[in-house]
Amino acid sequence: MIVAKPGLDGHDRGAKVVAAALRDAGFEVIYTGLHQTTEAIVNAALQEDADAVCVSILSGAHMTLFPEILELMRKKRMNDVLLCGGGIIPPEDAQELAKQGVGKLFGPGTDTRDIIRYLNEEIPRRKGR
Amino acid sequence: MNPKAPERSRFPGTLVPADKPVYSARDLEGLDPGRDVGEPGAFPFTRGPYADMYRGKVWTMRMFSGFGTAADTNRRFKYLLEHGQTGLSVAFDMPTLMGYDSDHARSRGEVGREGVAVCTLEDMETLFDGIPLGEVSTSMTINCTAAILLAFYIATAEKQGVPPGRLRGTIQNDILKEYIAQKEWIFPPLPSLRIITDMLAYCAEHLPKWNTVSVSGYHIREAGSTAIQELAYTLMDGFTYVEFGIKAGIPVDAFAPRLSFFFNSHMNFFEEIAKFRAARRIWARRMKGRYGAKNPESWRLRFHTQTAGCSLTAQQPENNIVRTAIEALAAVLGGTQSLHTNSMDEALALPTEGAVKIALRTQQILAHETGLTEVADPLAGSYFIESMTTKMEEECEKIFGEIEKRGGMVPAIEQGYPQLEIAKAAYQFQKDLEDRRYINVGVNEFVEREEKPVPILRIDPRVERDQVAAVKRYKESRDPAAARESLEAIRGAATGGQNLMPPILAAVRAHVTLGEIVDVLRRVFGEWREPPIYW
Repeated sequence: MIVAKPGLDGHDRGAKVVAAALRDAGFEVIYTGLHQTTEAIVNAALQEDADAVCVSILSGAHMTLFPEILELMRKKRMNDVLLCGGGIIPPEDAQELAKQGVGKLFGPGTDTRDIIRYLNEEIPRRKGR
Repeated sequence: MNPKAPERSRFPGTLVPADKPVYSARDLEGLDPGRDVGEPGAFPFTRGPYADMYRGKVWTMRMFSGFGTAADTNRRFKYLLEHGQTGLSVAFDMPTLMGYDSDHARSRGEVGREGVAVCTLEDMETLFDGIPLGEVSTSMTINCTAAILLAFYIATAEKQGVPPGRLRGTIQNDILKEYIAQKEWIFPPLPSLRIITDMLAYCAEHLPKWNTVSVSGYHIREAGSTAIQELAYTLMDGFTYVEFGIKAGIPVDAFAPRLSFFFNSHMNFFEEIAKFRAARRIWARRMKGRYGAKNPESWRLRFHTQTAGCSLTAQQPENNIVRTAIEALAAVLGGTQSLHTNSMDEALALPTEGAVKIALRTQQILAHETGLTEVADPLAGSYFIESMTTKMEEECEKIFGEIEKRGGMVPAIEQGYPQLEIAKAAYQFQKDLEDRRYINVGVNEFVEREEKPVPILRIDPRVERDQVAAVKRYKESRDPAAARESLEAIRGAATGGQNLMPPILAAVRAHVTLGEIVDVLRRVFGEWREPPIYW
């Protein structure tokens, strides 16, 4: 799993809590740290052969950053890698991003067990297993 | 179906003992009322910074706001002033906070989204158009680029004919809590502290009514700390600024009176009140005892409060009005000097005008309908409150010891100590929620299947396009030689050690932008990189 913070956003509480919860659930987690470029995030996912890229955005830049990451992943032929995430993202925006191919986006108040359940179902589905 | 709620819900990480249902006179043994509690307005200020408290002056109602372009935010400011707000508070967007102009590649998608974009003097002039800077007090939440934004503000005031000596307000300028919690930084800690000491010296001389650092616990708490961590790290940050100021050769009583504080008010009502009271006592004692401050103004801790954004829920958002009112009440009972109340929709987006108005009205109801302003520190002498105040002070000293053991706050930050402790506390908070040791209404109990949608504020993508075009135009329409020379003067002061404020002020007058100044400083000072740690 790559847990990533793109853009200039400094709100890392959610990303760190999710990273810790995924680790405790047995996932191998790489947390990128803050202020990453979309290129650096996709390269990290490629190098680490990640099953999923979990992106946290609370700065309102989600309609720019998610499509950028998706585009870079397509260019690198990472078609079976899941891009999902969370943050302060209005439902209409989440629907629009889902149409483009972004996975589920989790908002405030999410139980981390719901994220883990989703990853355990969605990752094998994407890989066709 | 939800399982049955546990009988008792305990606030995560609280210092309130789990096994002590009643407090009595025995809990005050060892407390010397004259020495430890005192009177409002007198050392050690446990009971408040002023003798008459809210009878003398009701707290300043200061709503943090900023979004879109400077013109958009200017309209929101005027709306708030028309509805009885008494001070201004600016929220800047991410590029402004991080030192990028709106037209920089890294600003893409972020311009005007989480605050207002201000990267030129022209933006600042638009932001305060029609607002007399000699009459309002303004708070600016800006840190690693604070020196530049203050220069924009001073230059805007000059154009309005207001001299710097008349300016009243606060610049957050608290870089230590950026490394600890808010995470908007550019330079490493030591050059950042050098810029801050330059500002302390400059403001002591030219802006005597300006609060030069707003030492902030708010973001530390939002990042997931407990109340005691918020208190201890914030006060330690404050003492660190005092030590750097003294080391830079500024007499402590020349700058300490202009340091102010900014705390979070969360849901654990009594612990929050004790936290505010303890903050004043600890500050007063150390400033007098350890740093030898003689001026009572240096001992007197004044603070702004914001209700806890992280306590707001996206679920059943109208409940947030109640949460905010309770947190605001704790802040007032704790003796705050100014207050921001969050809007009910802030777990979903930046607030709408209607939601902001309810939040402001909440303060007006507290100030005018409840009798709260009649008596200073009405909870003094309560067995529980006095006992908790003392406990907070004792636990705070223990955390100070941990920081001092690591060589002080700067080395502790470099070692990742407060960052890791906060990440641990944040994870524990989440586990307490998920294991239902703490009940959060609408989130892990009393959940509703169908959520009623609430209207939210949307930022038009036009904002970014217009702003980018305006910045480009601004750079093209100035005297390029004057701009270059003023940047060279900043580089000279940065390497030579002269105070940076005068050349920065000269540069903004020559229409140099935020990003251009930061680029020069970045080349001299380097960049900070945090090791990506989580618990």
